[in-house]
Amino acid sequence: MYDLDNLSVAYEDAAVLQDISLQIKAGEKVVIIGPSGVGKSTLLRKLYELRQRESALIHQDYALVPQLSAFHNVYIGRLDEHPTLHNLLNLLKPQKKDLEQIRPIFQALGMEEKMLDSVSNLSGGQQQRVAVGRAIYRSCPIILGDEPVSAIDPHQAGTILQLIVQSAPTVVLAMHDVQLAIEHFPRIIGLRDASVCFDLPASDVDEGTLAELYQGETA
Amino acid sequence: MFRTSLYFLLVALVCLGLADIEVTTLDPWEELRRIGVGFLTPDFPIIYTFRDALLNTVTFAFCGISLGVLFGSGLAFFFRFAPVRLFCAFIRAIHEIFWAFLFLPIVGLNPVCGILAIAIPYAGVFGKVYAEIMQEADQTPLRGLPQGTGGISRFCYGILPVIYSDLKNYTSYRFECALRSSAILGFVGLPTLGFHLETAFREGLYSEAPALLYAFYLLIASLRYWLKPKLVVGYVVASFALISTDVHVQWSNITRFLTYEILPWPMRRDGFLDGSGDVSFALGGTWRWVVEILQTEVLQGVWNTVVLTQVVLVGTGLFTLLFFGTISRHFVKARSSRGVAHYFLIVMRTTPEYILAYAMLQLWGPSMLPAIVAIMLHNGAILSYLTGQNANLVQLPIDAARKKANRYFFEVLPRVYGQFLAFLFYRWEVMMRESAILGILGIYTLGFFIDSAISDDKLDKAVFLILITAVLNIGIDTISQTVRRRLRIATGAVFTYQQ
Repeated sequence: MYDLDNLSVAYEDAAVLQDISLQIKAGEKVVIIGPSGVGKSTLLRKLYELRQRESALIHQDYALVPQLSAFHNVYIGRLDEHPTLHNLLNLLKPQKKDLEQIRPIFQALGMEEKMLDSVSNLSGGQQQRVAVGRAIYRSCPIILGDEPVSAIDPHQAGTILQLIVQSAPTVVLAMHDVQLAIEHFPRIIGLRDASVCFDLPASDVDEGTLAELYQGETA
Repeated sequence: MFRTSLYFLLVALVCLGLADIEVTTLDPWEELRRIGVGFLTPDFPIIYTFRDALLNTVTFAFCGISLGVLFGSGLAFFFRFAPVRLFCAFIRAIHEIFWAFLFLPIVGLNPVCGILAIAIPYAGVFGKVYAEIMQEADQTPLRGLPQGTGGISRFCYGILPVIYSDLKNYTSYRFECALRSSAILGFVGLPTLGFHLETAFREGLYSEAPALLYAFYLLIASLRYWLKPKLVVGYVVASFALISTDVHVQWSNITRFLTYEILPWPMRRDGFLDGSGDVSFALGGTWRWVVEILQTEVLQGVWNTVVLTQVVLVGTGLFTLLFFGTISRHFVKARSSRGVAHYFLIVMRTTPEYILAYAMLQLWGPSMLPAIVAIMLHNGAILSYLTGQNANLVQLPIDAARKKANRYFFEVLPRVYGQFLAFLFYRWEVMMRESAILGILGIYTLGFFIDSAISDDKLDKAVFLILITAVLNIGIDTISQTVRRRLRIATGAVFTYQQ
């Protein structure tokens, strides 16, 4: 699915990556970890650009429309698939068919009762769950997520992660919570100094590898 | 910033020395007393007599602004193209009353004249401000939209919800302005409030005029109770339905105006004299015609307009610096006193400057004085309100100077001065438009010569002078933008809908 060979990436406004080599096969579930500012977001952005049409992206800043309802924000995930007229109708009055299609996603996210609330009235964690819901509704073969559970409280974060993992064959997330990553994902990639530091099965990641990854960081 | 302010102050002082300021009426105090008595003894039943004028004021405003919103939105989408920007600048550089002058000979004294006179300049303003609101809108939500989303869906989901409340606030503020515009259009003869106000002031009926003004204040003050987004469509449809019975437009008039009457006189002269109505391309004659107007009217008109503008620009600034403190919590502790000051400012900004000037003209006789005071009061009230609001946003440290003068000059003024200047320069162009228009009342700014040309039925000259006025206005707008950029001051997005 992805085959990066000695790739260097530089965006104007983001961290730089140098000589990255890694392969991700279809159906793999991968988490990228590493100190902040190391280029996790840059890598995700590159992966998104490589397979734009097949990917659903969970933005770090959610990219929600605060003035619209949670339902509409999830619906935005498939705006390109519906005819314009239908989109407009749905904006004026949520259509039954779409409501029924999207309701199960809100049930899974544990916020069915908030579905028609305006996003600006939701808490940070709830907004992040809406952003996750949008990516799920988009139903692409790949989900890419930049810190998709960072604002969700710990006892729910696991459930939401599990939901993301089940929602697409291939999942690549950037995360800072290493324990949570190891619990739910089979493969962990560590980034350090703008390149890959380690790429291991979750079971092989131990205190030693982590200490090396975060060396010099005062956690 | 300080040095720039000083330069402007200096220029204004020189202009003040050159301006024609005098009181020519024999007994201004007696006149003032009678107006004062009139304001205390308003003749309220007269409102019922003039209810049609009140209704017309509202319906013209609704029809005009809805057309303005329609065309302005269209222009806003293409605002990035220089010709569109220029077009918007041009149509908003011409005052509503001048537009009405242009439409009078084409469509006659008819609602269409009033509606177009509002719709056209407002379309130019909406085009600009809507485009600015879109530009300054948060772009994050757009990034979340899928790549292949169509343009309309993209706009409706990613942009419109984000800017909706800004659009709504700005448009409803503009509706208040449209009511003012609609009212003063009565001064050129349209059947709105201004028509009866003019009569009342001219004939010295000082109990009638205040009653009409009070009705107008009430109309503006009650806007928030009846101007609901859900009802707007109904109001607009009803307004169009109401005026539709009066509308009659003759196409032959329009073509005659556009293809014949606006042509310079020398081109029409021969045909007129031999009765054929033919048009000749008399280049030499036209050139002499242009030069003569430039020498006899434009020079004096532009000079007086600029002199008046510079005086009121600085006057408005000084008024603001003097009065913004009265609504600021840092200077006036008592909420009730601030409330009184606040209402005074609202009344001042609600009274159309044209009516203020007209009333003062009756008091003091024709000179620049009524115009200066009227423009200064109207704009000063708006800027004092904005600057006062801004000052209230400032959080003073708990150990801030206790003495009010120290607090004003060391804590508050430095913090609000940049934005105050930005507001002031933003309204420079507005003040120039007002300076030009007040010539109609008898001071020799451009409006005087345009009004005379219209009365003499010289439409060619009127159109030429209006073009000159528009160019002058665009010039001031450009200078104002340059100054603001140089000083690195900005009004900020809030301004666009709070003004």
